[in-house]
Amino acid sequence: MEKATTQAPKGIRQVIWASSLGTLIEWYDFYIFGSLATVIATQFFPKTNPTAALLSVLATFAAGFIVRPFGALVFGRIGDLVGRKYTFLLTLVIMGGSTFCIGLVPSYESIGFAAPIIVLVLRLLQGLALGGEYGGAATYVAEHAPPNRRGFYTSWIQTTATLGLFVSLGVILITRHVLDGDEATSIAKFNDWGWRIPFLLSIVLVGVSVYIRLKMNESPLFSKLKNEGRTSTNPLKESFAHKGNLKMVLLALFGATMGQGVVWYTGQFYAQSFLENTCKLDFDQSRTILIWAILFATPFFVVFGAWSDRVGRKWIMISGMVLAVFTYRPLFNEMQRSTVPSLEVSAHTDSPTPTLATAASTPITVGNSTYWKLVGIVFILILYVTMVYGPIAAFLVELFPTKIRYTSMSLPYHIGNGVFGGLTPFIATLLTTVYHNDVLVGLWYPIAIAGVCLVIGTLYISDRIDTDITN
Amino acid sequence: MDQLKRAFGLLWMLLGFAALIAVILMAQAEIARKPTADTWIQWGVFVGITLPIAIGLFLFGLFAFKGEYDRLPTRSSEL
Repeated sequence: MEKATTQAPKGIRQVIWASSLGTLIEWYDFYIFGSLATVIATQFFPKTNPTAALLSVLATFAAGFIVRPFGALVFGRIGDLVGRKYTFLLTLVIMGGSTFCIGLVPSYESIGFAAPIIVLVLRLLQGLALGGEYGGAATYVAEHAPPNRRGFYTSWIQTTATLGLFVSLGVILITRHVLDGDEATSIAKFNDWGWRIPFLLSIVLVGVSVYIRLKMNESPLFSKLKNEGRTSTNPLKESFAHKGNLKMVLLALFGATMGQGVVWYTGQFYAQSFLENTCKLDFDQSRTILIWAILFATPFFVVFGAWSDRVGRKWIMISGMVLAVFTYRPLFNEMQRSTVPSLEVSAHTDSPTPTLATAASTPITVGNSTYWKLVGIVFILILYVTMVYGPIAAFLVELFPTKIRYTSMSLPYHIGNGVFGGLTPFIATLLTTVYHNDVLVGLWYPIAIAGVCLVIGTLYISDRIDTDITN
Repeated sequence: MDQLKRAFGLLWMLLGFAALIAVILMAQAEIARKPTADTWIQWGVFVGITLPIAIGLFLFGLFAFKGEYDRLPTRSSEL
């Protein structure tokens, strides 16, 4: 049985490369919309028009919170019925096509209401495709990997979410500065039409990835099941209506992905938003700090994935959550304290609760030492992400049987990340508007969710590594 | 350990119920404060996604309370 899961090193490298490249491109596609939200809003969703603004709200909330889990169900089901290879090929084409088309849509000024409606539909398609991609890629790699290297091999898939952000930030920053010799003119051109370039670029990346993926074979475990006629006839029913499997889906969600999702979003997205909006760091610096931190931290996805093959997945993930719960506030406090020297002055004067918003209303640029200190802090935050996220693909794969694996692991993953993680910026901002005196109050949301998750994970999750995932 | 797992099951059930009530109350307050269509959509989405998650947490607690997580399955035939 185990022979079916073992590939020659060259074969498994191709499997990892094909799967990871496609997943990285999907993340890139999904992130550029979020990163360029402000520019897109001015082009397609003018605030002066209430209907267009309403469509903008839909695009923001529906894509992440509803369509992603729905995509997990739709494509998870197809993946368990038809196969992993064609399903995650389909999600890649949908994602790449949608992204490319967003780059082509004429502005609201040119075609009126059709523009925001088209963009909304394309954004929903992006969310749907993303919901189907990850489960397929993780399952595909895991079902090719030898049992003692499953954490290591699937960790390459885990690097893609962070590298996708890295590539999207890099492409946006480069495009923003190369459109003209004069920086201000270049930025103006970027805001006018240059923002379309990162979207249009996607078609080239997707084309290459589709070509590579087309040459790959179906997962050996799924092929075996299919040849024996033992695939599921109703993966949704078997995943969520059978109590035995539902119990494991709930355990995966509340004992692992829920905490992992908030740690991920806090480390990568909330940290950048905090630097830009609370610490008032300028656009370029807040992004390059994240880029450096990602660059230094990304190898640790593989380190923790590989380590999980030896010591188990559970305690590495739990340790990441414990560190997050106990150090988020000191780390963010240090970020805030470091950025504006004038804040330290105001803290000693008559203001009992100085805030950066009052200390610096315009974007600031920090010096070299503070810059690298901030890189170090964000690096630590992303290191926590690598601890909780690096081993989780192997953990999820081992929790469910082959015939319903794609469906069963996709839903908790996308609820954990899309809903619990995706809500982090919103709830953090909401808390900040209620409790004005504490700029760190938004952190209580990820701390509470990660805290509950680590208690559930510690109590109920087994540290056993399932060597045989054929059953 | 099994007793602890079961006792905590009660807490998860309560937490699921409390999460749903909290989100509904927040939605009511926010919609009353700003009764526009986008507030309705936004909080409608939040209540809509919280409902199945809260039911899920309640069920998780119920399973834990009944001792169904005392021993985890090791083969798919046990699922």
